[in-house]
Amino acid sequence: MKKAYLVLSNGTVFEGYKIGADTEAIGEVVFATGMVGYLETLTDPSYAGQIVVQTFPLIGNYGVIPPDFEGRCAVKGYVVRSLCDAPSNFRSEGRLDAFLKANRVCGICGIDTRRLTKILREQGVMNGMISDSPTPPMRDVAAYRVEGVVAQVTSPAAQELPAQGPEKYRVALVDYGAKKSIAQCLQKRGCRVLTFPAGTPGEEILLANPDGIMLSNGPGDPAENVFEIEQIKKMIGKKPLFGICLGHQLTALALGGQTLKLKYGHHGVNQPVKEVCGSRTYITSQNHGYAVVAGSLAGVGEESFVNANDGSCEGMDYPGLHAFTVQFHPEANGGPHDTEFLFDRFLDMMERGKNA
Amino acid sequence: MPKNEAIKKALVIGSGPIVIGQAAEFDYSGAQACRVLKSQGINVVLANSNPATIMTDSALADEIYLEPLTVETVARIIEKERPDGLLAGLGGQTGLTLSMQLYESGVLQKYGVKFLGSDIEAIKKAEDRELFRETMLKIHQPCVPSDIAFDVEKAVEIAGKIGYPVIVRPAYTLGGSGGGIAADEAALRKIAATGLEMSPITQILVEKCISGWKEIEFEALRDNCGNAVAVCSMENVDPVGIHTGDSIVVAPTLTLSDKEFQMLRTASLDIIEALGIVGGCNCQFALNPDSFEYAVIEVNPRVSRSSALASKATGYPIAKISTMIAIGYNLDEIKNEITGQTCACFEPALDYVVVKVPKWPFDKFAGSSRTLGTQMKATGEVMAIGQSFIEALMKAVRGVEIKMDSLNREPLGSDDILTRLACPDDVRLFTVFEALKAGVPEQTIHDITKIDPYFISCLRQAAALENEIKEQPLTESLYLTAKKAGFPDSYIRALTGAAELPAFRYSYKMVDTCAAEFAAETPYFYSCADEHCEARELARSGKPVIMVLGSGPIRIGQGIEFDYSSVHCVWTLKEMGYDVVIVNNNPETVSTDYDTANRLYFEPLTEEDVMGIVEVEHPIGVVVAFGGQTAIKLAKALDARGVRILGTSAESIDIAEDRERFDRFLESINMSRPKAVAVESTEEALVAARILGYPVLLRPSYVIGGQGMSVVRSAQELKTYFDAILAGGVSNSVLVDKYMPGAELEVDCISDGLTVLIPGIMEHIERAGIHSGDSIAVYPPYNLSDTMTKKICDVSVKIARGLGTKGIVNIQYLIFENELYVIEVNPRASRTVPYISKVTRIPMIELASRVMLGEKLADMGYKEGLAEPARYYAVKVPVFSFEKIADANSIMGPEMKSTGEVLGIGRTKTEALYKGLCAAGIDVHAGGKAGRGILISVEDYDYSDAIRLAEKFTDLGMKIYATPDTAAAIRARGLEVTMARNIWENNDIYDLIESGAVNYIVYTGAVMDSSVGDFRLLYRKAMNARIPCMTSLDTALALADVISASYDQSRTHLVDINH
Repeated sequence: MKKAYLVLSNGTVFEGYKIGADTEAIGEVVFATGMVGYLETLTDPSYAGQIVVQTFPLIGNYGVIPPDFEGRCAVKGYVVRSLCDAPSNFRSEGRLDAFLKANRVCGICGIDTRRLTKILREQGVMNGMISDSPTPPMRDVAAYRVEGVVAQVTSPAAQELPAQGPEKYRVALVDYGAKKSIAQCLQKRGCRVLTFPAGTPGEEILLANPDGIMLSNGPGDPAENVFEIEQIKKMIGKKPLFGICLGHQLTALALGGQTLKLKYGHHGVNQPVKEVCGSRTYITSQNHGYAVVAGSLAGVGEESFVNANDGSCEGMDYPGLHAFTVQFHPEANGGPHDTEFLFDRFLDMMERGKNA
Repeated sequence: MPKNEAIKKALVIGSGPIVIGQAAEFDYSGAQACRVLKSQGINVVLANSNPATIMTDSALADEIYLEPLTVETVARIIEKERPDGLLAGLGGQTGLTLSMQLYESGVLQKYGVKFLGSDIEAIKKAEDRELFRETMLKIHQPCVPSDIAFDVEKAVEIAGKIGYPVIVRPAYTLGGSGGGIAADEAALRKIAATGLEMSPITQILVEKCISGWKEIEFEALRDNCGNAVAVCSMENVDPVGIHTGDSIVVAPTLTLSDKEFQMLRTASLDIIEALGIVGGCNCQFALNPDSFEYAVIEVNPRVSRSSALASKATGYPIAKISTMIAIGYNLDEIKNEITGQTCACFEPALDYVVVKVPKWPFDKFAGSSRTLGTQMKATGEVMAIGQSFIEALMKAVRGVEIKMDSLNREPLGSDDILTRLACPDDVRLFTVFEALKAGVPEQTIHDITKIDPYFISCLRQAAALENEIKEQPLTESLYLTAKKAGFPDSYIRALTGAAELPAFRYSYKMVDTCAAEFAAETPYFYSCADEHCEARELARSGKPVIMVLGSGPIRIGQGIEFDYSSVHCVWTLKEMGYDVVIVNNNPETVSTDYDTANRLYFEPLTEEDVMGIVEVEHPIGVVVAFGGQTAIKLAKALDARGVRILGTSAESIDIAEDRERFDRFLESINMSRPKAVAVESTEEALVAARILGYPVLLRPSYVIGGQGMSVVRSAQELKTYFDAILAGGVSNSVLVDKYMPGAELEVDCISDGLTVLIPGIMEHIERAGIHSGDSIAVYPPYNLSDTMTKKICDVSVKIARGLGTKGIVNIQYLIFENELYVIEVNPRASRTVPYISKVTRIPMIELASRVMLGEKLADMGYKEGLAEPARYYAVKVPVFSFEKIADANSIMGPEMKSTGEVLGIGRTKTEALYKGLCAAGIDVHAGGKAGRGILISVEDYDYSDAIRLAEKFTDLGMKIYATPDTAAAIRARGLEVTMARNIWENNDIYDLIESGAVNYIVYTGAVMDSSVGDFRLLYRKAMNARIPCMTSLDTALALADVISASYDQSRTHLVDINH
């Protein structure tokens, strides 16, 4: 196997072996803690621009299962302790290494991923490079920014996805790099889903006269999406609106709120999220590096969910605007389906909107 | 919801004696429960008959009843203590079933005792198979096609409907006792009949056999407001068909994609929601490996063996959190103690792999079938943590103490490899490895074993690595690869022949519940071959460090009592101001709880693994005295590596353990031992036996629990047994002792070098020849003259001092023809320590630990010699697990066979014995007045005792039945006796058992000829009919005394050992 190095912008060098495409890559290094779901992670467009570290040491055990892909594989690089070369699953269509190669993703295996994770935890996310040399051009590494990534991962054109069973609602889904499961959660509840690429003017979306608007997840710093924020301003309050992840953050920004960058984000499937009004705490799937500052929306919206570990904002309700948004992923995949009921809440909202 | 303030006093029911299917895990969960309740200011009333537990320690509960776990007795405890609530889900199936019985009998309602945690409805829905299936149907959770039968005909009818093969599962039994797989009607009739007999409610489930599917488990928790988490997933390497307790298990699952994983996780949470579980719950699933089809196998509405494993695997203390929930807290209100900053309402993320390997008792039951199935046979287990499946597996294999450091094992029997692969026995893992090395295709192995190809391919890689090490020069990089795969140096040396290995040091990573996402505060470590070591980085208190070695897996001869001692040692050393490090690999125990010691290393107890930790911790000393043979056998090697052994020196340990050195030592203090000769062959043994005179005792040196020991009465018997011992591969010499059937006594002494304290003397009911662990032991002695008492004390003091004991020593004596002999000396804590500590209230382990570090007994207020006897008699009664190993030879002998023990405490010896027998599940007043009888069938050397026995039972108004020769002997004494033909002659005996005419059986006989087969059948019949079958006349004579004293459970004196 070919030697490879992961060099962090703080100068730490990890020596391992090259996996996937035989290229080099610079990206923002983040760790994901899910023990299953590496396919969903690799194909989650929200990881665009990032080098993903899997904290679970054995990756690739169940091979490659295309129906489980959530979207385009947009990760910059992939870091694992050990990559399985003899996968076993009745649906597996091949080895993960071949998938990485086909998607031109370079990766590194055989490194101490726990030590790497601890560095990221203590010092915060930072840039890094998967390189053939232990002394890569550090200036390039330092200069790297995750920028313009929504444009990279949004679908090129609008699309219509039929409802499963009798059609009850029509939902406009703004695709900032949407995971496939968001549309599926809507479709299986009887929604026809009209997806619009990022960059679509709000007026055009409203013109389609949907029953509700769904804002998807997506990668990068929410604040840089100035155009998208403007479009949300145009749409909000006009139709019931549900935002997930980046959609949640953009809505907050559109309403005058603020976002901040978390030290190392939440990338996993075990994040506890507590209802602000209510007694329940849910286990959720998450993948984000930024969070909404709930206090910045005082008087505009109400915080609906908080992270039970670090108290960060996990959801906002905007009752006057028929809108609610969550930071976590109720559509799951990978991770728990425990909050899928939020889609039902969205449907209720559309039902009320229709009757109003 | 905060704590329920209405709960001021809570009753905790423990799991009773250790039996197969219910081991130390319930001491771990019970001890956690007690500590939580106490810390919340709740008065804890504890009922548990098992004295060898931490939970029955005075510090853990306010009122402690070492009383029989029966409805009658526990009802009286409730009447006396009036608890507000009952914690039913922490004491295993025993605790749960008893709680339900207390409810069914109206006791709980009468005294207003509430279920804490899951209520009776939830428990019933999970436990009652019909209700359970109804509930599953309602929430669309697929169950395996099955139906319930109350008789054999119905079972056959059901099987006809769902198709063969079928699995029979008896209701309300432990570890699946009495169940099995039936391929056709004939087999079903047999298995169903047994299953019905074994079920306390004569009910079995006949289920479609889905052998070969993946077996997946989830440990789930649900709180009072419906928050639910799946703490841990587990995958059985052995597919459905082998009991999960007998399977190699990995955590988390390794072969499920997110879709399958979430499907089963969601199912678990839906199930516990539908059942209304409040607290911990175990959900077992079968998953078709070729589709998304799955079925719910079983749900346990309580903490379990799997939850203990899950707790240790993840660092998430399920029993503790379950208890918090039971008293009103919700998950989000409870802190995750490992990180100290996150909440308990989350699901642990692992960044390592856990492998559990069972420990089976087949070494004790030579000749028993090693085939595994739906009935659990393992007595214990080890867990290992690694960064790959193979690394963890290699650690588990060398840690499970089967004398293996690799996956290479001599085949069992001479069948060809494919035949052996098809047999799911305890060595199948090694057979798979052997097959891979022999070039059997992976696909073939999978087709035969149904083990997932992922695991087979991991083993294939290990085989390839082994080959590479054997064939290639051992470069540093190859060596490192081997270390990363968990290969120990001994294995690598054996492969390469290299004396020198490259430099290497173990590193240690932390188990932190969160895959390093948060900083952890609880130092719980496992080793790996990474460069970066978290244990070395850890900030130290600066206090001197002491390392305590635990006792490894629970097995016959080395049970929970050693964990008790290890934990007490840790507590004492912590109190004395040391930083204490514990090393152990048993996930079921209190010692491996992350907050028992200052630091926990979850590692195998081998020289290499322990030395790795020594290099990090630099302890001022290592304690080997409390971890049984597992720890003591490392003393010599550690000593040779310059590690200080605390307490009794390695040299003294060797004197006590090496029989020749020990004999010389005894001579030096003018003490005698039964005459013994060391021999190496059958011929030498025959000569020795002729000189000593039959009967003689044969035993190999350096053994646990009397393994391989036997009393033989003739040259023929000697030959047969000696051949068997040699065939078993005993490398050391075998000792031939003169067998002297005298009274056995046992003493534990604590010595600081100046003062020798003897907390108590125990006398065994059974004469020498029966292993002390299988004997009923009475404290204080009931038949010992003052002169002999004094002599025992004098000799004990001499031995303790002469051996230079610093700490604790166990001495076993024999009195034969009024002469005192020493049988053996164990320079370590023994099985009896917890029980004597509790009864005498002398904190033996604390004292032993303190003297090890230089404190003096006199300064602690203890005097030389025998301590004042306690207020009570205490009788330890062994408990066996023969219903799990159905074909085991249950005849008592010098080889230990019991898996656990109970204690009876009473004002008189007889009352204590009565309670002990009740606690052990022996129905002393079986059969009522009418038609009570006893069947006696003994060898000629037992005739005189048999006659005494017949007299006693005749006086009790019971009818005596006996086999022809025994009957003749009894009749010759003018006693009335009914003859029953021997088993090989006709069905007389079976008829007696089945008709209920006899309530007890006493049998003695040769343990090695063809009649053993007959006895096994007899025993099995008796067991199914719940008729005690005794193989010692002494036990039977004692029983007669208890019966004549006519105690009953409504009139015993309840003893709260804390007051």
